Amino acid sequence: MVKVTIWGSLQSATDGAEAVEVEARTTRELLDRLAEAYPGLKPQIERGVSVAIDGEIYRDAWFTPIRADSEVILMPYMAGG
Amino acid sequence: MSLDESSRRIFKIVGTRPVRPDGVDKVTGRALYGADMTAPGMLVGHILRSPHAHARIRSIDTAAAMAVDGVKAIVTAADFAAADDPDLQDILDNCMARGKALYDGHAIAAVAATTDKAARLALKLIAVDYDVLPHVTDVDDAMQPDAPVVQSGRAEENVPPGLSENVTTYVAFGHGDLEAGFARADKVIERQFRTAATHQGYIEPHACLATMGPDGKADLWCCTQGQYMVRNTCAALLGMDSSQLRVTASEIGGGFGGKTTVFIEPVALMLSKKSGRPVKIVMSRSEVFRATGPTISSSSDIKIGMTADGRITAGLARLRYQGGAFPCGTVSFGAQSAFAAYDLDAVATEGWSVMTNRPKEAAYRAPGAPMAIYAVESVVDELCQHFGLDPLDVRLKNAARKGTRSSYGPTFNEIGLMATLNAAKEHAHYSAPLGPNQGRGLSCGFWFNFGGDTCVSLNINADGTVGVTEGNPDIGGSRASIGMMAAEELGIPLDKVRTTVTDTNSLGYNDVTDGSRVTFAVGLATIKAARAAIDEMCRRAALIWGIDEDAVVWEDGAARPSGPNAGDFDPLSLADIAARSSETGGPIAGHHEVNADGAGVSFGVHLVDVEVDPELGSVKVLRYSIFQDAGKAVHPSYVEGQMQGGAVQGIGWALNEEYIYGDDGRLQNPGFLDYRVPVASDLPMIEPVILEIPNPGHPYGVRGVGETPIVPPLAAIANAVSRAAGVRLTELPMSPPRVLKAIKATSA
Repeated sequence: MVKVTIWGSLQSATDGAEAVEVEARTTRELLDRLAEAYPGLKPQIERGVSVAIDGEIYRDAWFTPIRADSEVILMPYMAGG
Repeated sequence: MSLDESSRRIFKIVGTRPVRPDGVDKVTGRALYGADMTAPGMLVGHILRSPHAHARIRSIDTAAAMAVDGVKAIVTAADFAAADDPDLQDILDNCMARGKALYDGHAIAAVAATTDKAARLALKLIAVDYDVLPHVTDVDDAMQPDAPVVQSGRAEENVPPGLSENVTTYVAFGHGDLEAGFARADKVIERQFRTAATHQGYIEPHACLATMGPDGKADLWCCTQGQYMVRNTCAALLGMDSSQLRVTASEIGGGFGGKTTVFIEPVALMLSKKSGRPVKIVMSRSEVFRATGPTISSSSDIKIGMTADGRITAGLARLRYQGGAFPCGTVSFGAQSAFAAYDLDAVATEGWSVMTNRPKEAAYRAPGAPMAIYAVESVVDELCQHFGLDPLDVRLKNAARKGTRSSYGPTFNEIGLMATLNAAKEHAHYSAPLGPNQGRGLSCGFWFNFGGDTCVSLNINADGTVGVTEGNPDIGGSRASIGMMAAEELGIPLDKVRTTVTDTNSLGYNDVTDGSRVTFAVGLATIKAARAAIDEMCRRAALIWGIDEDAVVWEDGAARPSGPNAGDFDPLSLADIAARSSETGGPIAGHHEVNADGAGVSFGVHLVDVEVDPELGSVKVLRYSIFQDAGKAVHPSYVEGQMQGGAVQGIGWALNEEYIYGDDGRLQNPGFLDYRVPVASDLPMIEPVILEIPNPGHPYGVRGVGETPIVPPLAAIANAVSRAAGVRLTELPMSPPRVLKAIKATSA
C-alpha cells in the first residue's frame, strides 16, 4: 500500500482525510486507484494533477515506479511561464 | 536522467561565454520575426474588438463590410465549430467572442482584405448590436454574491457555496496546527495586500501568417513560445489533422509566458480557409494590451506569528486572484509558493480564482508566485522590524532546507536556499552604508521548474560538423546552450555545431518554452542524442579497426581503443568517422525523446537599496544584487541575463506597472506611454551572483533559471521602501502618488 497525501481542498473527497492508502506500483495505478476509491477526486484527476514522489514532482508520467515507503503527494498540474 | 560522473569533470565549453549564435542576425535585421514574413497574394487581416467590458451580442451584420472593394473574407465565432474540450473552448471563445463580449478588446469579428485600408474600412462597417451588461473588474467585487456574473456554471466542484458564480476554483494547502502556532508567537501581524495586473511587456507584438490551400493543408508562421502547442490547438479548433498543419516559429521578441497560448492564429487560419489566400495578422500594441494575457491581479490576507528571537511559529495566506473572463488555475501556484521558502510546523494557504471582465490571464514568469511571496515576505519583514531583528538572520533561521516538509506538501531534497542566503549575507552589498532616505530590502523567491516533452535530433555531417535540431523557440539563449552541451559531449569545437529550431513536421512534439524547462530538458535530450551518436561512431570505428565495439571508447572528440588489449590504432576523430560514414553504413545521427523529470525547484534571494524622495514619493533603485542557485550555468552570460531581466520586470511590477480600468470597465492605459515599464536609465547595473549547486536530475547539473528572478523584487523593494521612508505599502505598484500619500498619512 502507498500512502498518498491529498491537498487540503480535495480532502472533502476523502472524508476529510489528509492522507489515504491505495495499492499502486506506478503513478498511473495510483491515480486509477484514487479515482476508484474516492470518486470525488476524479474530476480533478481528469483536469490534471502532478505527483510528487520522494520530493520529485512528476507530470504526465504514468509509469514512474512508487515504492511502498515512498513519500507520495498529490499536487495540482504544474505549468509555468 | 541523473547527474552523472562527467559532471565532476572539467568542462571545456559549458561554463564559457561564447558569442551568441543569433547575435549577428538580430543586430543586422536579418532575423525574421512574426511580422517579417510575406507570401504572394497575401491578404491583410484585422480584428474588430468590443468597446464594452461586458455585453451580449445580439447580432453581427457583415454585409456592408463584405461589399467593400478588396474584402475577401470575414470571420466570426459562427465560423468555428464548438470544441469538445472546455479548455479549448475557452481558448476559442477568447479568440472570437461567442454570444457575449467578456471584456474591453474582446475579438468580435475579423476581416481579410487586399489592402490595410480596405480591411480597416470594413471593420468600421461591421454592425454589431450589443446589449450592454453590468461589468466587474475588481477581484474582491467579483467575489460578492451580487456581482455581475461573467460566465455561469464554471465553478469546480469543491468551490464553497455562498460566493458569486465568478469564483471558479478553490484550493487549500498546508499542515500543522495553526492555532497552536499562533499561540506560541510573541507577535502576530495580519495585513491585507493588493497587486495590480501587469503585462509581460514583450517588445514584439503577436503576428502570424497563415496559408491554407484548397486541399486542406496549411502552413502557419507565427511568433510563439511553442509551435507544437499552436499546431495542436489550431488543428483542433479548425477540425484539422495535426499533420496537415505545419507551424514554424519565427524569431521571438520576448514572451515571458505571454506567448504560451493562441490569440490570432486560429483566426488567420480561418480567414485563409475562407478566402483561399494567405492571411497575415499583426497586432497593434493597443491590441496586445487589451486582448492578450496580462498576469492576474490579486487581493490577499496574510497572518504570520513570530517569536521574539525570530522563529516563525505559523503562517496563513488567503489569496484571491482574478484571471480575467475565464477560469484559470494560477492561484494554486500562488498558494503553493507563498511559504515555500520557510521551514514551518504550521502553515496554511487558501486560494480563490475569480472571473472578471478583463482579458484572459496568461502565464507570466513563475505564474502566481510573485504576488503571494510579496505579501508573505512583507509581513516577515515587518515582524523583523518589530523585533529589531536582522532580516537575513531571520530568513536563515527559518529557511527551508533538505528534509523540510514544504508548505505545499513534498519534503525537500537538496535545495539551494541556505546557500543563496549565506551568499547574500557575505556579500559587500549587505553591509554597505546607506544615506538619508535610503533603505535596504530583501526577499526570498521560489519557483517549481519542470521538464516536459522534448525531442532532439543530432546529425553528424560528412564534413565533421554537427546539426542539432530542436523544437523550442529560443527566448533566452537556448540555441547557445544547446549547441554548447552538444559540443561538450561530442568533444568538438562549438563552431562546428549549429542548432536550429525547427517546424512541427520535422520533429516530434515539444512542450512549450516555459516552466524554465528548455536548457534543462532540451539540454538533457541533446546530451542523450549526442551519446547515441557517439555509440554509433564507436561502432563505426570498431568496424574500421576490426575489433569489438565494446573495445572502443570516446574521448576528446575521437574514438580510441579502450586499452592496450584492444589494439594499437590511431584515434579516429568525429570528422574522420563522419567522412567515412557512407562506406561504413550510412549517415550517422543521434536522437532522443523524453518526458523529462528531475527539473528540481529553484530559490533565489534579492537585495535592493532604494532612495525615496519624501516630497515626490518617487523611488529610485540605487543598488540591486541577485543570488540564485542556477545549477551548472551553461552560458553564464545568459543566466545572468535571465536573472537581470526577471529582476527588472519585478521592479516594474513593484513600482509602476498596472492595468488601469475606468468606471466603464475599459482599459485606460493600453500603450507604453501610459503603462510605465522600467528602462535602462531607471536602473543601476544589476549584479547577478550565480551559485552553481548541481541539480541531481541533470547529467551536467543544469537547473532552470528563467522564472525565479521575477519573484523576489516585489517584496524586496517594498521592504526597502519601508525602511527608507518609514511607511509600509501594501498595494502595488508603489507609484509616486501612492508612496507620497502613505508618507503624508504617517507624518500627519
